[in-house]
Amino acid sequence: MERSQWGTRAGFIMAAVGSAVGLGNIWRFPYVAFDNGGGAFFIPYLFALLTAGIPILILEFTIGHKYRGSAPLSFFRMGGKKLEWLGWWAVFVSFVISVYYAVIIAWAMRYTIFSFNQAWGTDTQDFLFNEFLQLTVSPGQTGGVVWGVFIPLVLVWIITLGILLAGVQKGIEMANRIFIPTLVIIFLAVVIRAVTLDGAALGLEAFFQPDFSAIMEPSVWVAAYGHIFFSLSVAFAIMITYSSYLPKKSDITNNAFITGFANSSFELLAGIGVFAALGFMATQEGVAVADVAAGGVGLAFVVFPQIINEFPSFNGLFGFLFFLSLTLAGLTSLMSITETYVAGFTEKFGISRRKAVLFGGGLAALISILFATQGGLFFLDLADYFINQFGVAAVGLVEVILVVWVFRKADLLKAHANEISDINLGAWWKVSLGIITPIVLGYMMFGLLKMNILQEFDTETGNYEGYSNMFTLSGGVAVASAAIVFGILFSIAKWHKNQNEYDERS
Amino acid sequence: MSASSILVMVIGMVLVWGGLAASIFHAVNTGRKKRSSNATNNL
Repeated sequence: MERSQWGTRAGFIMAAVGSAVGLGNIWRFPYVAFDNGGGAFFIPYLFALLTAGIPILILEFTIGHKYRGSAPLSFFRMGGKKLEWLGWWAVFVSFVISVYYAVIIAWAMRYTIFSFNQAWGTDTQDFLFNEFLQLTVSPGQTGGVVWGVFIPLVLVWIITLGILLAGVQKGIEMANRIFIPTLVIIFLAVVIRAVTLDGAALGLEAFFQPDFSAIMEPSVWVAAYGHIFFSLSVAFAIMITYSSYLPKKSDITNNAFITGFANSSFELLAGIGVFAALGFMATQEGVAVADVAAGGVGLAFVVFPQIINEFPSFNGLFGFLFFLSLTLAGLTSLMSITETYVAGFTEKFGISRRKAVLFGGGLAALISILFATQGGLFFLDLADYFINQFGVAAVGLVEVILVVWVFRKADLLKAHANEISDINLGAWWKVSLGIITPIVLGYMMFGLLKMNILQEFDTETGNYEGYSNMFTLSGGVAVASAAIVFGILFSIAKWHKNQNEYDERS
Repeated sequence: MSASSILVMVIGMVLVWGGLAASIFHAVNTGRKKRSSNATNNL
């Protein structure tokens, strides 16, 4: 059986960029930058890109290319059972993320339709929480299924699993070759319209105004490293899986540079578009940009609908393009997240791709119904916080420590990357991976653990978002712990005998 | 917009978009060189 392979280099890069560019680029980066020194944030941000983001991308591309397998198979080939669990841990982190990420794409899809007649009305916050999500239950309760979310959710899974069923080249590559250029063109149109609005300069001033005193604060550097880390789809098992489909002669290092810079280019564009639009809104309402600036769900589904309401003309078209770009960015990321467990199950159990997609994707789709209920937003918020902080970030930290320090594979991987790449990796790569990344991620993890264990959040309960101990434990801690427990359990199971059909590369 | 904001915006664009352009240019250039070297070797 021939192992799947990308058709072209551009196809692989589009898929990797499609995975990295997601909802976070549009709704997370602009606010993180604004909140951490404005224009001055670019200094720690670029430093983090070059000393953590791109080095880890190169590491994961090299692992996938050399060991030619999904994350579990690649780590198994690298260090046997002692390392395989790490691959499964990353795969189950991806599984959890896919189940709620699909729901957010479903919201964006629904808002694309709402845009035509601005169905959200004048009170966009009330519309989102009370009318659309029907958030009438307490955290921890599910309530009934919200059909307005459930129906687009089914559509999201049909599209994603349909693409994955078509295979790597005819499915993922083809979809990204269409979705990514379309996303860039649509988003450029949104940004061009935003920067020509009244008050756009005011927003751009707020976004780029440098506060150089901020870069002396450790929290700003942690924010920069944290953002780069979450933004690039590293430690998700994605980049290992995607690079395992590369042909033998592939320039790994430059592919990582293109992917990293393309992701940053898109989020810089997003920052310009979002803050230009916020400047317009602040001008219309006669308030400061800081008063309307927001990030996350609030920015996309509360603030942007308000901005669209205040548009001088073509409100529907602007809203349609904005939410369509969110949908496309989300879909290209979701298919990459889902591919991690499809590839893992296929190789471990020797089942066909079709069965892996239908079983793995089908199970994820079923579980995602939980997030399409009346209390779904609370579950989503808590799972997202815990799986990102104690899943993705923890996998990344453990990955660099085990690969570089415990199994001492950095030189071997460097030699493999240098043999096939045009840009040779120097000492900076090993220093970045072995020293800078573990220190920054370790410091970040320590702060997060301390804050959660000692309940130091500025909320009534001291927990994240003021959730109760019971809900925090069952909806957050248990979910993040389950990813590692399933990771260990799956690594105990025997490999199907056919996993050696496609050998690792020398 | 103030001069410092414009300066930061321009530097940010040059570094990020310039980095992307340079890495794509490098890929296209080396790809072309490899193709022409392969063609020469096949003569």
